[in-house]
Amino acid sequence: MNRIKQIFELKKNILSIYFTAGYPNTDDTIRIAEALEKSGADMLEIGFPYSDPVADGPVIQASSKKSLDQGMTLKLLFEQLKDLRKNVTIPVLLMGYVNPVLQFGVENFCKACAEVGVDGCIVPDLPMVEYEEFYKGCFEEHNLSNVFLITPQTAEERIHKIDGLTNGFIYLLSSSATTGKNLEVGDTTESYFGRIKAMNLKNPTMIGFGISDKQTFDKACAYANGAIIGTAFVKAIEEGNLEESVSGFMKKFKD
Amino acid sequence: MVLTSGLDKKDMKYKVNEKGYYGDFGGAYIPEMLYPNVEELRQNYLKIIDDADFQKEFHQLMKDYVGRPSPLYLANRLSERYGANIFLKREDLNHTGAHKINNTIGQILLAEKLGKKRIIAETGAGQHGVATATVCALRNLECVIYMGEVDIERQAPNVARMKMLGAKVVPASSGSKTLKDATNEAMRDWINNPVDTHYIIGSVVGPHPYPDMVAIFQSIISEETKKQLIAQTGNDQPDYVLACVGGGSNAMGMFYHFMDDENVKLIAVEAAGKGVSSGLSAATTYLGKEGVLHGSRSILMQTEDGQVVEPHSVSAGLDYPGIGPQHAHLFKTGRGKYVSITDEESLDAGLLLTQLEGIIPAIESAHALAYLEKMEFKGGENVVICLSGRGDKDLDTYIKYFNL
Ligand SMILES: Cc1ncc(COP(=O)(O)O)c(C=O)c1O
Repeated sequence: MNRIKQIFELKKNILSIYFTAGYPNTDDTIRIAEALEKSGADMLEIGFPYSDPVADGPVIQASSKKSLDQGMTLKLLFEQLKDLRKNVTIPVLLMGYVNPVLQFGVENFCKACAEVGVDGCIVPDLPMVEYEEFYKGCFEEHNLSNVFLITPQTAEERIHKIDGLTNGFIYLLSSSATTGKNLEVGDTTESYFGRIKAMNLKNPTMIGFGISDKQTFDKACAYANGAIIGTAFVKAIEEGNLEESVSGFMKKFKD
Repeated sequence: MVLTSGLDKKDMKYKVNEKGYYGDFGGAYIPEMLYPNVEELRQNYLKIIDDADFQKEFHQLMKDYVGRPSPLYLANRLSERYGANIFLKREDLNHTGAHKINNTIGQILLAEKLGKKRIIAETGAGQHGVATATVCALRNLECVIYMGEVDIERQAPNVARMKMLGAKVVPASSGSKTLKDATNEAMRDWINNPVDTHYIIGSVVGPHPYPDMVAIFQSIISEETKKQLIAQTGNDQPDYVLACVGGGSNAMGMFYHFMDDENVKLIAVEAAGKGVSSGLSAATTYLGKEGVLHGSRSILMQTEDGQVVEPHSVSAGLDYPGIGPQHAHLFKTGRGKYVSITDEESLDAGLLLTQLEGIIPAIESAHALAYLEKMEFKGGENVVICLSGRGDKDLDTYIKYFNL
């Protein structure tokens, strides 16, 4: 069984961490993954960098740029990930933009994911219709989950369609925003989260964008199966000893 | 005069299909955050454009505010030099000095119909920024313009105009700090302001329906040209139609009503920068491959890994690593011929037009003019060139280059 499905059956309040591959240094990808598992992360999202990340705020833009300037490519990432499953047992997703995937070749991409033990993907600018027509077959053949995003503006009918096409979890954006905006749970966010919860979707939900500390994490967990932290983590590992930064960051969420 | 919207262009071979594609190109590759806005546009743009009141208001403004129809001018001394009848479609005489206003008038009226209160746009040369700031002043809407830091410097007069018009100009400081990066920033703004904002994209790029919508608004260029050609030559089909291509909006407007006249040769001129092999170029069809940029599948300059390559052109309006999906389709099908002109060739052509005809062209438009040097004429051919804009904004660049 796909590790993503498994974790949702086993656990509540899932803590998923996003980081940019090849950042701060090219060879840090696996080190970070291993350190995160050791410090109690439940799931990982490894971002493959893109030159024009329109859905990202300044922090992830900067980490992507640095990673690319240092020579990261999708090809190099798959080479690094050959060692992924030596010490990492938790579910791992790749997250990035569609153009690098297209150039790598969809078929090759899915195959490479399966070979290194990646469980799913999040490609925000891959439209549902394209996924259905050209990608779904290939994803399913390689037992890969594909995760779609929804925002407070996503219509109910579309949410049901997304729920039907997804087989992992649904990525619930706390608000329509680029990454790195702080989560402010006001009345409207609460009613949105509540509305989604009441829809009884077949897929679990994870809340992302703007979760930065224990307080916002707990709040998100009240409405979803867990939450995703990206920008706050990427910022935390900018400098200093990598393993210490990772465990120091994760401690904040573990009591 | 009637705008040709999607509803009555069923016979066009090169039109967009129901799925938003031109052959292999187009679509809407956007994150979910942009979906509600783009979908709202998709569902409404043809309905709104075809509405009689909209048409009336659009054409009234085109006539009384923009100053259309723009003249089709037979450039005598230029014609003499090249041995063909060279007609200039004078978009440079439009209010604000370029073709860009055709699109911003159309989109601002559309944004009003959709109930939007805030307008954002990207700009390269600043012409689209000025055209957007202008219509926002006209209709009393808040206006934010994203512009690359490099372009803010090289197009200073336009920055001043935008500010005077009441727009907020926000510098884009990522990447090459030019048009591509300004577009990224505008898209990010739209993601963060999903409810009351309309994004006026300045060219035939972006997710469907933008390429089609912008082409429809710009199609007034070729619609007028056909009538003017009949009046002046008795034949609405010239031998050649030329235009420069950044994203491709003046070219698409110039080509639009000629696309199905297969005996009219369409020539699109891209910016070669310092030469197509120099590493400092914006010749997209020559250097690019198929891929996705800014929401549509098209041709773009990119690495093997799919990272977008920074373009270069002396002209800020052509300094873009992609082209609109409809252009990619015209290129791939061979309907259009895509060529390129270097920085130096374009500046020389700009000076030539100035001294032969007393018209200072935008450096963008000068790229199209420069291609005349490379064409061979038997004599007597009719050639239409889209003079997309005037050169006031480029005086600094001209003066430095020619040591004037
Ligand atoms: C005068 C002029 N011509 C051409 C262009 C290029 O744009 P497009 O290819 O969309 O016509 C610009 C863009 O700023 C411009 O200002």
